[in-house]
Order: sequence, then structure tokens, then C-alpha cells
Amino acid sequence: MGMNNKTPILEIEALNTTFYRNGQALPAVREVSFSVARGEVLGLVGESGSGKSVTLRSIMGLARRYGDVSGQVRWQGRDLVPMPDRELRLIQGREIAMIFQEPMTSLNPLLTIGLQIEENLLAHTNLSRAARRDRAIEMLDLVGIPSAAQRLKDYPHQFSGGMRQRVMIAIALAANPKLLLADEPTTALDVTIQAQILDLILRLAEEMEMGVVLVTHDLGVVAQTCDNVSVMYAGRIVEQGPVRNVLREPRHPYTVGLMRSVPENLPPRTPLYSIQGVPPSLDTLPSGCAFAPRCSACVEACVQGRPDLSRVTDTRHVACFNPVIDAKGNAA
Amino acid sequence: MSDATYNPVAQNPSKWRQALRKPGFVAGLMIIGFSILLAVFPGAFAPYDPNAIDYLAVRQPPSWAHPFGTDLLGRDSLSRVIWAYQVNMQMAVFATVFALLIGVVIGALVGYYRGIADLIFGRVVDAVITFPFLVLVIAVVAVLGPGLINMYIAITVVGWVYYARLMRAEVIAQMGNDYAAAGIVMGYSDRRIIFRHLLPNAITPVIVYWMTDMALAILLGSSLGYLGLGAQPPQAEWGVLIAEGRNFISTAWWLSLMPGIAIVLTGLGFSLLGDGLADLLRPRG
Repeated sequence: MGMNNKTPILEIEALNTTFYRNGQALPAVREVSFSVARGEVLGLVGESGSGKSVTLRSIMGLARRYGDVSGQVRWQGRDLVPMPDRELRLIQGREIAMIFQEPMTSLNPLLTIGLQIEENLLAHTNLSRAARRDRAIEMLDLVGIPSAAQRLKDYPHQFSGGMRQRVMIAIALAANPKLLLADEPTTALDVTIQAQILDLILRLAEEMEMGVVLVTHDLGVVAQTCDNVSVMYAGRIVEQGPVRNVLREPRHPYTVGLMRSVPENLPPRTPLYSIQGVPPSLDTLPSGCAFAPRCSACVEACVQGRPDLSRVTDTRHVACFNPVIDAKGNAA
Repeated sequence: MSDATYNPVAQNPSKWRQALRKPGFVAGLMIIGFSILLAVFPGAFAPYDPNAIDYLAVRQPPSWAHPFGTDLLGRDSLSRVIWAYQVNMQMAVFATVFALLIGVVIGALVGYYRGIADLIFGRVVDAVITFPFLVLVIAVVAVLGPGLINMYIAITVVGWVYYARLMRAEVIAQMGNDYAAAGIVMGYSDRRIIFRHLLPNAITPVIVYWMTDMALAILLGSSLGYLGLGAQPPQAEWGVLIAEGRNFISTAWWLSLMPGIAIVLTGLGFSLLGDGLADLLRPRG
């Protein structure tokens, strides 16, 4: 399952996204690199504002409408970053699809869901009207919406949040994309529904041999669903590797902190652990490691300079001068 | 539906039913409905030919034969007020609809693309709204010459800005919803996103403003008629009628009062209608 076992379909290299506010540059994403293979599920975790959503939006050509995007986003050999909108549109929705966090606003309230599914097919396939309708019913069936044929003419407000997210998935996957970018698809849903939606995404990813980039702040979700994980902090990837290894033996102190923050098997009324301090704001990033001010393992070097993301084992990368030592006593 | 407690068909009619329970909306609907009827079939309601001159019945006060009295040429005032519906309702539509169409399209484009077009648009808006509306319209009419068509052109040239401003703001607000971003990442064309997704969701405030604007257009049209810059006598138009009665206000008050009441009533109708539509058209979340 490691990311080197399969040929990647999406390769991101040194992605930088900068927004501007009052003439000041805000480095939202810095030097982000990762790759996704067909059938692989990659988790992108981090706190709010760590740049995970912006990374997805940069891949999809959304971020460049509001800021500068540089670096490479190679999709099956072609770089999406400099690609003109006209060409990008043939890939968006057709080959790469994206779903959003907020199912309440991600559907157009004025169009029936049938029309909204068919619209994707109209844009990306040559199917006839009747075939589009059939495909729409098939998709609704696939995502588990009961009596699909009758519900085609229903409006989004007639669906619950979980059902809307299913509809959103049906729309996104209608044209059979090879990669799904999921921006916190379960954050707005309650816990039981979350599990159902995640299962659905995983099942469809497997059936359709689709790569998935799953943005989340929930390590539990990552543990259940992902093959590989990239941990982001203040716009940079600080740790990367196969999920099992990273979660079992985290090397970056931030990853350790994130994992300790997950409440687990604690007796009642035990105070929950939280990482001291708050993430730095993008306009006042420290010159050294961005995590240094909150880091318990901070050494002199961390304040002086910024650690690069470097390989520690065949599959693992960590950006830290003083990484956590693994169980066998090896420094990373 | 598979689910017996769930009846989606009842959702929209119930909204209408709710709206129809509001007396203001119903009154507005009735006033405008009747106004349209008068405008389309004035001959069916007017008791006399509006231009028939009768020198034997000049400036008669209201009576059973002439409920609104007669004017200085003995023409029946009621018939003239009714025939004026044709002109004034036409004003409400033609003085606004082109401004609406142009404004909606420009506002939607500017709100979607922003950038340099938005900056230019911002300056145009500033320039136009700094001037009093009437002064600008009179200036345009002064250049083009008086008459209804020129008046429509003048009002459109100035009025689209107000629609565009409203539309731009609403499109920008709608852009904050994920369905707009979803449309982009789904690879839909800009045209499709703007006109099929953003515009229908953003147009409600514009429609509501349009109702008010139609009332204002009637008022403006009659003002221009009164000033001699709009409809030209002997055409029956409320502003022209009021102007004709102006010199006799102390002796033949009905000449100016009756068309005045027609203006107030129609304006009220449009405002009430707009209010009700605001509730009715609000999209559901």
C-alpha cells in the first residue's frame, strides 16, 4: 500500500499558494509535495488554517482565482498549475472531482438533484437525455438513496445533511473520475452519518479504482480510511508516510501532540490533552520551524532555521531537527 | 414517495398559501391585477371616448354622468384617467425592464469576474449615484428631446446601474456558497455557472427592487409628463393630466386629484406586491 508501490496519477511538487491581504503576502501553502496512486487513499490532516483545504483548492484551480499558485501539479504527466481554464475544465469534474465540507450549501437550492447530476454528465459526456437520466438514477442508487427514480425531481431542501452529502458524491462521481478530492466531507455531519459517508467513499473508491485525497482534522478518520497520511502545519507538510507507521510511531512532535489530543479510553473527568498555544497566524510566521514556539522538544536549531522535509525511511518523511525517537531507540 | 409522512409536493403550494394569507400581498396583487386589466382593455371600462370634446360640459364637477368630472375641453376625466393606465403601466414596464436586463447581466458578470471590470464598475456606480436620478434623466431627455421613447432610453441609461449594483452584491454573496465553487471544480463553463447557478439564486432582491422601481418609474414618468418632457398632450397620461389641471386647482380640483390618486394607488400596489414577493421568492436552504 506504500506510495511507491504504484505509479502515481497525481504528483504535487513544491506547491506554493500565496494570498494577499492589504498588500501583505500570506503564505497559505509552502513547498507541499505528495503523490496519489489509483486506488490509494491519502489523508491530509492538520488544524484549521494549516493549509489543507487551500492545497486541495490549489490543485483544482480554485485558489488561483484569489491568489498566486506556483509549483507543479502533475496530473497524468500534465501540469495543471499553468493550464488555461479552458483546458482545465476538461479535467475538472471529468477526471478529478471534488466534494465539500458543507452539504447544506454545496448544492444549488433552485435545481432538482436530478438536473444537478445530469448537468455534470452534460458537461463531460455525450450521453443522450435518456441515458443521462438513467445514469443519474444509477448514481443515486450507488450512493444509497432509496427510491432514486422518484427523488430525481426533489430539491436539495428536501434532503437531510447526510443525504445531501450522498447526492453531492453522486454528482461528483457521475462522470467516473479517477481522483476524488474530499474537503472534510464528514465534518458537518453527525457521528453515525460520518461513518456511513466514509464507508461510502471508500467503497466507491475501491469499486471505481479511484484515488482519494481526504482532508480532515480527525485522526480517527485517517486511521480508519487512509493508506498514507501527510500532516500539515502552518502551510507545510511536517510528516508524511504510511498511516500505520505514522500513527504507531509518530516522529514529529506535532503529530505526537495531535495523537495525544484524541480522547481515548480515558477514565471519566480526566482533563483532555491539548497542544499548548495556538497555530501562528500566516502574517507572523516565525523564521525557524513554525511549530517551535509550541514544541516541547524545541532545540536551538529549531529557532535558527527551518527543517526540510527529509526522508527517514523508505516511505517516511519528517521535517524536524529533533524528531521523536522510535520504539527501538533509533533517532529518526 | 416511499415515506408516507413526507410530502414534497405540498412544500411550494404551502408557501403560496402562506403568502396569500397576508392582506398586504393580496391587496397588492388585486391592485396590480386590476391596473393591468385597465391598461390592456381601457375601452371596456371607460364610459366615454377619452378625447371626445364637449364644449357644453366644460369643467363639470363630479356627477353621476361624469364620476371624476370633466376637464377644460369637456372630456370625461374618468375615461382619461382609465386610458392613462395604458401609458403609465407601459411606463412601469418599459422604463424598468431594459434597465433590469442590462443591470442583471452586467452585475452578474462583474460580481463573478471582479478584477479590473469591477473597479471600473465601482467608479461608474459612484459617478451615477452621486447625481440625483431625476436630474440625470432630465439631462439625457434634454439631449434626446422629449417623448416617451426618449424617456425610456434616458431612464434605462441611468437606471441599469442600480440593478447592476444590487446584482453584483448578491452574486458575490452567493459565490461564498460551495455550490458556486462546486460548479467551478465540476468543470462547468463560466456562462453556465453565472446564468444557471448564480443568477437565479441572486435575483430575488432584484425582483423585489424591480417592483418598487416600477412604482418609481410611474412617478418619474408622470413627473416628466408634468414637466412636458415625457408623454405629450393630448395623450392621456397621469402627469400630463395633473399638469392640465394645475391652473384650476382651486376651482376644478378633481382634474389633478383623480390622476394623483391613480398614481398613489398603483405605486402602493407595486410596493405591496414587492413586499410579498420578497417572502415568496426567498430560496430555501
